[in-house]
Amino acid sequence: MMIEKNRQGEVWVFAEQQDGELQEVSLELCGRARKLADQLGVNVGAVLPGKTVSQIAPRLIAQGVDNVYLVEEERLEFFRTDPYTKVLVELMTKHRPQIVLYGATNLGRDLAPRVASATRSGMTADCTDLEIGDVTDGRTKEVHKNLLHQIRPAFGGNIIATIVNYDMWPQMATVREGVMPLFDADPNRKGQILRETVTLDDSLFLVEVIRRHVEKRELNLKGARIIVAGGGGIGSRENFNLIYELAGAVGGAVGASRAAIDSGYVGHEHQIGQTGTTVRPALYIAVGISGAIQHRAGMQDSAKIIAVNTDKDAPIFSVAHYGIVGDFKTVIPMMIKAFKERV
Amino acid sequence: MGYHSIVLVKQVPDTANVTAEAMKEDGTVNRGALPAIFNPEDLHALEAALEVKDRFGGMVTVLTMGPPKAADILRDCLFRGADRAILLTDRRAGGSDTLATSYILSQAVRTVGNYDFVFCGRQAIDGDTAQTGPQCAEKLGIPQVTYLEEIIDIKGKTAELKRNIGNGWEMVRVKLPCLVTVIETANTPRPWAAKKMMRNKSKTAPAELPDAAPEQLEQLQQQGKLLEQWGLDDISAEIDRCGLSGSPTKVFRIQSIVLKKSGFTGIEPTETGVRQLIRELVTDRTLG
Repeated sequence: MMIEKNRQGEVWVFAEQQDGELQEVSLELCGRARKLADQLGVNVGAVLPGKTVSQIAPRLIAQGVDNVYLVEEERLEFFRTDPYTKVLVELMTKHRPQIVLYGATNLGRDLAPRVASATRSGMTADCTDLEIGDVTDGRTKEVHKNLLHQIRPAFGGNIIATIVNYDMWPQMATVREGVMPLFDADPNRKGQILRETVTLDDSLFLVEVIRRHVEKRELNLKGARIIVAGGGGIGSRENFNLIYELAGAVGGAVGASRAAIDSGYVGHEHQIGQTGTTVRPALYIAVGISGAIQHRAGMQDSAKIIAVNTDKDAPIFSVAHYGIVGDFKTVIPMMIKAFKERV
Repeated sequence: MGYHSIVLVKQVPDTANVTAEAMKEDGTVNRGALPAIFNPEDLHALEAALEVKDRFGGMVTVLTMGPPKAADILRDCLFRGADRAILLTDRRAGGSDTLATSYILSQAVRTVGNYDFVFCGRQAIDGDTAQTGPQCAEKLGIPQVTYLEEIIDIKGKTAELKRNIGNGWEMVRVKLPCLVTVIETANTPRPWAAKKMMRNKSKTAPAELPDAAPEQLEQLQQQGKLLEQWGLDDISAEIDRCGLSGSPTKVFRIQSIVLKKSGFTGIEPTETGVRQLIRELVTDRTLG
């Protein structure tokens, strides 16, 4: 089912919720959708499927949405690919948005490609930035106005690619958590809540959820104000305790580069970088991290970056605000001591 | 009886070691300039299929789309226990984005036919998109279970699988056939088996022997030394849905990462230097 190109179409956000709580990435997306829609002179829409979720619609409006498309159904309580795909495809066919954005969560990355395949539209995964701009086709010299520039690291994070989609619309993308700033909510903003009905027949329910276990995230890298991260240069699991000690002293969370994870110094949930968590804390202390692009892509927007490394030519220093060329085994204890003795 | 699993595998450039020379002007990758490896998560997909075969019986077919040298990973699959391997190679498939790729793969899966599972790695390290699996499932009209962590049980035409949902897990019951994408934590890929290696190491795809005479290929075929090879015509693919013409997404621009930063202060690795740094950060309220 292909969807006709619509230059007046809205900019949509898929509003991801779990147990009636919106994912933060969906709220981040509302802000960017607002900006893109203002440039295009169109409205922002949000698709909100679930069992009883109408109470969260005002939050979306406060975050910049004009029209919330609410689909409430008993069987939409837990995410399942096929019925959620049906909801999206049907609403997209009806309203013909020009852009549809999803959070690049496990759920978003399960759902969005299925929707893209069903509508034969273009889809870019894991974007770190989105802009509106014109594109000239290198071959035909045809100019395509006001396309969505879907910007993402590619090829293991070694390059940044801008992907566009001329005509097989809508233009769809998933966006990494934490890369778009979350704007302040405006509770006085006005918007509409539009109730939609989508027929869901039994053939869409071939996957049945038997049991579900959600863990409260103890490690909150995204929300941490301070992060102390260790890399391959830490050398051993025992040495990594120093990272924990410094984090404990300054009240920070523990992060790690891929090299440290691959060497087994610490669990993968700590990974920061293109294939881990993207963070932008007030302070990022990178210890023994050489700073491969794939890591930098996940932390370079931190307000302040301190790099500690024995190699003065390590690329991490190119993004650092403070650099200490030295051995972390002596530098970290000095930092802990200095912090404890601060006046 | 038993279950037939089709595993979609991909040979990828080792993106951990990319140089600027590896990029072509049009933004596509010059794969030839990089070492080619078995996409890591696809090895876990293969292992999942072999596990199904070991526990519940059946057979494993592996399928890859790529240039002739992608036959390398098919041999690798045979060394680990796959029963049948097919190389899908066709110049007209070049430049396919995930939508076109999933169309081609789904046509190939249909051509193999009679399957209970399609397994693939969650994502390939050259694109990191995780799109081809779900898109393939949609095209086949079968349910998908992504982020597989564990195969709990299979009874009749139903499988119980545990999948990762990011902040936890869920156990699902799914009707077969279904497509499953597999993550690294699901299992440990088995090593090559010596006997299987001896039996399969000389198997070659016709595309790897561009200069071979027809009689030579015929002879290899009779000796059982040819890998199966298909082109787009063998899988009844509509050509305009393959390659560049079947790909909605276009690479518009490729840039090196430009890093933002304002000012850099070098700090001496001494008590005094570190103390000064901490004082500065406490003063501007970065540290509490």
